[in-house]
Amino acid sequence: MRPLITAIGLLLGWEVLVWATGVPSYILPPPSRVLAVLVERSDLLIAEAAWTATEMIFGLLLGLILGGALAIIFAASAGWRRWALPLVIVSQAIPVIAIAPLLVLWLGYGMASKVVMAALVIFFPVVSALYDGLRRTNEGWLDLARTMDASPRAVLLQIRLPAALPAFASGARIAAAVAPIGAVIGEWVGASAGLGYLMTVSLARGQTPLAFAALVVLCLLGLALYYATDWAARVLVPWQSQGE
Amino acid sequence: MTHLSAAPPLLVRDARIAFGERLVARDLTLEFPAGRTTCLLGRSGVGKTSLLRWLAGLLPDAPRSPSVAYMAQSDLLLPWLSVLDNVLLGYRLRGDRTALAAAEGRARALLGEVGLADRVDDRPDRLSGGMRQRAALARTLCEDRPVVLMDEPFAHLDAVTRLELQDLAARLLAGRTAVLVTHDPLEALRVGHQIRVLSGTPFIVAPPIEPTGTVPRDPADPNLLGLHARLVAELRGLAP
Repeated sequence: MRPLITAIGLLLGWEVLVWATGVPSYILPPPSRVLAVLVERSDLLIAEAAWTATEMIFGLLLGLILGGALAIIFAASAGWRRWALPLVIVSQAIPVIAIAPLLVLWLGYGMASKVVMAALVIFFPVVSALYDGLRRTNEGWLDLARTMDASPRAVLLQIRLPAALPAFASGARIAAAVAPIGAVIGEWVGASAGLGYLMTVSLARGQTPLAFAALVVLCLLGLALYYATDWAARVLVPWQSQGE
Repeated sequence: MTHLSAAPPLLVRDARIAFGERLVARDLTLEFPAGRTTCLLGRSGVGKTSLLRWLAGLLPDAPRSPSVAYMAQSDLLLPWLSVLDNVLLGYRLRGDRTALAAAEGRARALLGEVGLADRVDDRPDRLSGGMRQRAALARTLCEDRPVVLMDEPFAHLDAVTRLELQDLAARLLAGRTAVLVTHDPLEALRVGHQIRVLSGTPFIVAPPIEPTGTVPRDPADPNLLGLHARLVAELRGLAP
């Protein structure tokens, strides 16, 4: 309840500020105007949101699959870990924004470049969370498995992996929170559809209220993706609250 | 059941056991007789658990001991598996489907005997501490190994359940070479064919005490009460 009151207070303050200073709407539109645009242009906003949501969801899935697979490979094989793990860490030093134009150049203005962009942003938190979880298996469980003559493969698949799923779930939550960044950066750099594209186009045309409306929808989309991921993680990994 | 006639004795020869930096025992030579239950008694921190882990082949320089069932102090139930699947964990990990299918009946029977017949499909987090301990006991006995190593298997249980499970364990451990760590002299007297007291740093092992009669012994037996006084004195370091 309290955050809601704070938010309404801030919006009221914003409205009053615009009204008192007489700032033009193409510089700073009042919330009431943004709301009106949200309603008026809802068809357009929903269409663009569907496009961006698709990019985010495919990016999230791709990032989760690739990141998960790589973390499992690192946990299973010391060779791969030694050869490739430092590279994965160094790759994070490259700002994603810097690669965005290249991805658009290689993969085109369509959806593929944005999906890959989102997957790139997501990839690292997923690898590091799952790999960390795979390394921190309860020693007691490993001892028990050893006395039961379990093969390394059985230990990995039946003990270390399920034990690391809560860590993977936290990685997935972070991934869901940053997935919109990847998709929107991709759209800014070069696209023909999506909320990020709509924002750049409306700003260029002086339709600032529409850009704000797109931003609001983007926020809602990010929240929805985060809570959907959180819900899925709770349902699929019900033992996470218990830890080790 | 097939291994029982072949239960081997456990031999420790000139072993050096260390727990991290701390030397727990050196030049340790000890034999646990075949097909018998030996209880290890000693005060906290003397090194009972280290000795048990060494026997299980879990310490770095320990020899790999073949075919043991090991029960640690904590229940180590996997939170994502049902109680039944936890009891069958060894068979699942070894990946032998035939053996797994064959062991299920045994697992259910054991869970019935430890009083968890109606909880087989529950996840461990729905169980109380005592129930978890009982599930872990069922898992250990389900392994059907000739050598069984147990670290305080009856801690965290109420008095009546403890007596019942001591009876059950004594029955199911018959014919196996078992080593059981405990804090409780009376428990050792009830279920151990042989009792060894550990004391000192690094620890030394006192000569075996072998109470008469078959296990599980009646806790009201006056002979046991006499031995109990002797064991307590030995644990306190008062005996010669």
